Amino acid sequence: MTEIKKATRDGFGDAILELAQNNKNIVALSANLGESTKLDKLKKNFPDQYIECGVAEQNMAGIAAGLALSGKIPFITSFAAFSPGRNWEQIRVSICYNRANVKIASTHAGLSVGPDGATHQSLEDLAITRVIPNLTVICPADYHEAKKAVIAAANHNGPVYIRLGREPMPMITDENSSFEIGKCDILKEGSDVTIIATGIMVNEALKASEKLAEQGIHSEVINCHTIKPLDEETIISSAKKTGKVITAEEHQIIGGLGGAVAELLSQKLPTPIKRVGVHDTFGESGTAKELLEKYSCDSTAIIKSVKEII
Amino acid sequence: MNTEELQDLARNIRKSIINMLAEAGTGHTAGSLDIVEIMVSLYFHALKHDPENPDWPDRDRLVLSAGHINPALYATMSEAGYFPKEELLTLRKINSRLQGHPHNHSLPGIEASSGPLGQGSSVAVGMALADKMDNKPNHTYCIVSDGEHDEGQIWEAIMFAAKNKLNNLTFIVDRNHIQIDGTTEEIMPLEPFAKKYEAFNWHIIEVDGHNFTEIISALDKKSTEKPTVILAKTIAGKGIPAIENNWQWHGKTPTKDEAIEAIKQLEAR
Repeated sequence: MTEIKKATRDGFGDAILELAQNNKNIVALSANLGESTKLDKLKKNFPDQYIECGVAEQNMAGIAAGLALSGKIPFITSFAAFSPGRNWEQIRVSICYNRANVKIASTHAGLSVGPDGATHQSLEDLAITRVIPNLTVICPADYHEAKKAVIAAANHNGPVYIRLGREPMPMITDENSSFEIGKCDILKEGSDVTIIATGIMVNEALKASEKLAEQGIHSEVINCHTIKPLDEETIISSAKKTGKVITAEEHQIIGGLGGAVAELLSQKLPTPIKRVGVHDTFGESGTAKELLEKYSCDSTAIIKSVKEII
Repeated sequence: MNTEELQDLARNIRKSIINMLAEAGTGHTAGSLDIVEIMVSLYFHALKHDPENPDWPDRDRLVLSAGHINPALYATMSEAGYFPKEELLTLRKINSRLQGHPHNHSLPGIEASSGPLGQGSSVAVGMALADKMDNKPNHTYCIVSDGEHDEGQIWEAIMFAAKNKLNNLTFIVDRNHIQIDGTTEEIMPLEPFAKKYEAFNWHIIEVDGHNFTEIISALDKKSTEKPTVILAKTIAGKGIPAIENNWQWHGKTPTKDEAIEAIKQLEAR
């Protein structure tokens, strides 16, 4: 059986279409990347709810804030490297300080952008969004979860950042899996080590967990789709059970999921932690698979860290 | 209101600004003083608003993109009845509703938090666009400083507004020729300024920013086709000879003694 793969950005494209159809106050803003960010269907079917801003991410963020302060529910879209990369201060002030009800949906996050190289591979976006007050930060694990996250974000009153990927990836949840902002999902129970993963690394964590089980190591796998607010209760209770924690993200190990979990546990339940992700370096050109392997964002890297900590 | 009444209001607002800034000990004096006639023309003539009901859905909107000159905004809002005048002296102090730069969640009537230059322009454009989409008849005004045009974001907003023919949007540029480190033409030349807006396909009206007749007439004859910019020539620090036309007053405040002297001069005029 061939595995069906879909990108999280496709989940966004399908969800926004559904949302726009049901609510005319839902609008999507594009910075000249509408097709890449999967707004093409919305543009075709609901042109009045599609706002082209040109290659101007800062202005796009501000316009969205103005629209939101006047009652619209705007989604701003671009590559994560440019939004929230280039327009961070506009997100901080015009959107978050204003508590403007803007959703920041950013595709092409992480190494899996591939051949475009380091300039377009956002590996810092979780760190720079998570630190802003009033902003909810979500990193869905697959297509279905992305779709649910986008719908949940639209129903949530306040700014939300949704991190999305370009590369089609295996689906690990389905239409009926639960999704609640701020609530982790325990995908697999185990007692030897906790693996907390986000985004496409959730699938890698599941793969790692299977291989570890073959070697008699029983890992608990947690899908931490919401980086902020962090589900402290689930993380602490799992860390208490296993006594060892691995975090895994397609992002710098500084400031993202690993940073968030380390901050939490160091304060509330000091626990040995290993962070899997990119180690303070830029990426480069290559295929998604090659890059994820080279920059230790795969199941092999997770297994290695588990062995080191156990 | 006749011109004399407007001028009286302007004088009172300038006195408030001086007192507020002297009490706060930090803030921006020159721009606050030179925007007074424009603020008065907006709040006492052009804006459809209700101080009793700041969230009135059918109000016009004003975004002060040049958020640093908000002493003028606060003093004018207070005269208009948004909050008691005594509160003006809490400017920039702990627990005050009068934040150093405007914040929409601390003071009713503030449309958007602003201050980081350029940002308010886009927010105002977004508000005007929302009204257009909803076929609402309201107008959005945005006060931008001249030095603020160093920011690329403003030109992004200007292009977007022209593309979308936002005839329900007016920028008012405080053309006082100064910014914090010097004169605008020294720091980053803006001239030919009007021609830049013209090239970006806006409707341009140039006025003396201290002449009520000119300002009000400009506010009354905005374009019905495209966004309008009112380029208001102002004298930085207007009203206090010791402060006028001196860029060094952009970002400093009068001492208590200087304030007493300044109030005397305002009363003598």
